[in-house]
Amino acid sequence: MGFVPKAKVMEEEDIRRVVRRIAHEIVERNKGAADLILLGIRTRGVPLSERIAKAIADIEGVEVPVGRLDITLYRDDLHTLGQPVVKETYLPPDMDGKNVVIVDDVLYTGRSVRAAMDAIIDFGRPATIQLAVLVDRGHRELPIRPDYVGKNLPTSREEKVKVLLKEVDGEDGVLIGYEE
Amino acid sequence: MSFPPPGRDFYGRLPFDPMVPPPKPARVREVTGGTRKNRAATEKARKYQREEVVELARRRHLLDVDDLEGEEMEHILETARSFSEVMRRPIKKVPSLRGKTVVNLFYEPSTRTRLSFEVAAKRLSADVLNFTASTSSVEKGESLKDTALTLRAMGVDAVIVRHPAAGAPWLLRRWLDVCVINAGDGMHAHPTQALLDLFTMRERLGGLEGRTIAYVGDILHSRVARSGFKACLAMGMRVIAVAPPTLLPSFVPPGVEVQHDLDEVLPRCDVLYILRIQKERQTEGRFPSLQEYVSLYQLNMERLGKARPGVLVMHPGPMNRGVEIASEVADAPHAAITSQVAAGVAVRMAVLFLLLGSGEGGV
Repeated sequence: MGFVPKAKVMEEEDIRRVVRRIAHEIVERNKGAADLILLGIRTRGVPLSERIAKAIADIEGVEVPVGRLDITLYRDDLHTLGQPVVKETYLPPDMDGKNVVIVDDVLYTGRSVRAAMDAIIDFGRPATIQLAVLVDRGHRELPIRPDYVGKNLPTSREEKVKVLLKEVDGEDGVLIGYEE
Repeated sequence: MSFPPPGRDFYGRLPFDPMVPPPKPARVREVTGGTRKNRAATEKARKYQREEVVELARRRHLLDVDDLEGEEMEHILETARSFSEVMRRPIKKVPSLRGKTVVNLFYEPSTRTRLSFEVAAKRLSADVLNFTASTSSVEKGESLKDTALTLRAMGVDAVIVRHPAAGAPWLLRRWLDVCVINAGDGMHAHPTQALLDLFTMRERLGGLEGRTIAYVGDILHSRVARSGFKACLAMGMRVIAVAPPTLLPSFVPPGVEVQHDLDEVLPRCDVLYILRIQKERQTEGRFPSLQEYVSLYQLNMERLGKARPGVLVMHPGPMNRGVEIASEVADAPHAAITSQVAAGVAVRMAVLFLLLGSGEGGV
């Protein structure tokens, strides 16, 4: 098995614009950036959340706290994984009453987001939990809906969507392809 | 194709043979993407790598540290670091092992190891059963095997065993199709203690390679030292055993330097690992008198002054203050004894999670 790309659906420029738009939408929805916290889901949600935080800083001049979340311990499919790797979670202290935005690269079944929400609730009681994703590819298995979407990408279940980010992969782009 | 596969038992494991060491898993290498030309080769390497990872998960026991390759040890320590973060949360519990049952099968008295395993399992949401030999049917003469078969019939997922007889966990592994974790057997092995000691040293010293550790005291009767020697050597540390000749085993692993004079060793060490002088040994004639042992081997403030400034003092507990370690040393900032206890929970969470949390654990 390996990823075979079929088409590149987003370029570096597209990602840059989308991050900027999402940053604007987050600030608009929350009427400023005062009580915001961004939480990136490992691995690729983390650099995305940092980029959004930077864009918000440009727009509003406010440094938004950014956290990293590893959801391995909350997954419902642990028994199907080989050797799970647990990375460190860092959440900004005192999330009570804040507006927390979960950031992830691809929204698919919704199970990662469910796990992330469980993890957040173990840390505190935010006023709201919102969801920002770069790509929404459909096929939800849980009643979960994103608040901020970079791009809606209709796919079949057989297809794979791969997000590349400079911080992790050395280049920016969104690929659509299949597992071989 | 025959089933079970040749040389494997019903559960796909190799049959138990104490003379044949378990197969060492091949090293997991980093496979990076490539150009179209060598994509086929990359794919092949990836497939190979995945099979290795499955191989790692298939081993469902932790009996001694030499079961673990350097990289697996590394993986456990890295995972433990993530778990030490869980312990700083307001809700110190994650749902990873929900529905799993873990038994503490303790044939010897123990507080910290048993509590530590219990806390670790509970923080992973596993159910914990505590079995203490003195309050069970063992008093009525039930054998280890019958107890084990009872536990198997109850459908437990892991057995954590502490037993006065060396090798008891190996017997359990042969009888049980569940994960067996050695929590100390006789004078033989105590792998989770060795791992938590590595974790503590790494957190306090940074790296481990090239550092020097001296185990001081009753090495002969110490399973902590036996597993510790192997673990420290595997991490590339220099290991010194310091004890009177009567408290040294007839065999120490190659690579361990043996010394009898603590004062000579002190300035060379990054870690001083003090072992307990068990009360019953004090009357066994291993040394002329307790006072003589104290004057030659006790770690007191004067000796601590001769050691390196940032030296780390460790002790597996329980301590005999005023015997192998002076009370002021145990409370000095050099002492990492309470860090060891905290590390114990994180490391045991990592071990339980890695053995039970993955696909093969719940069979």
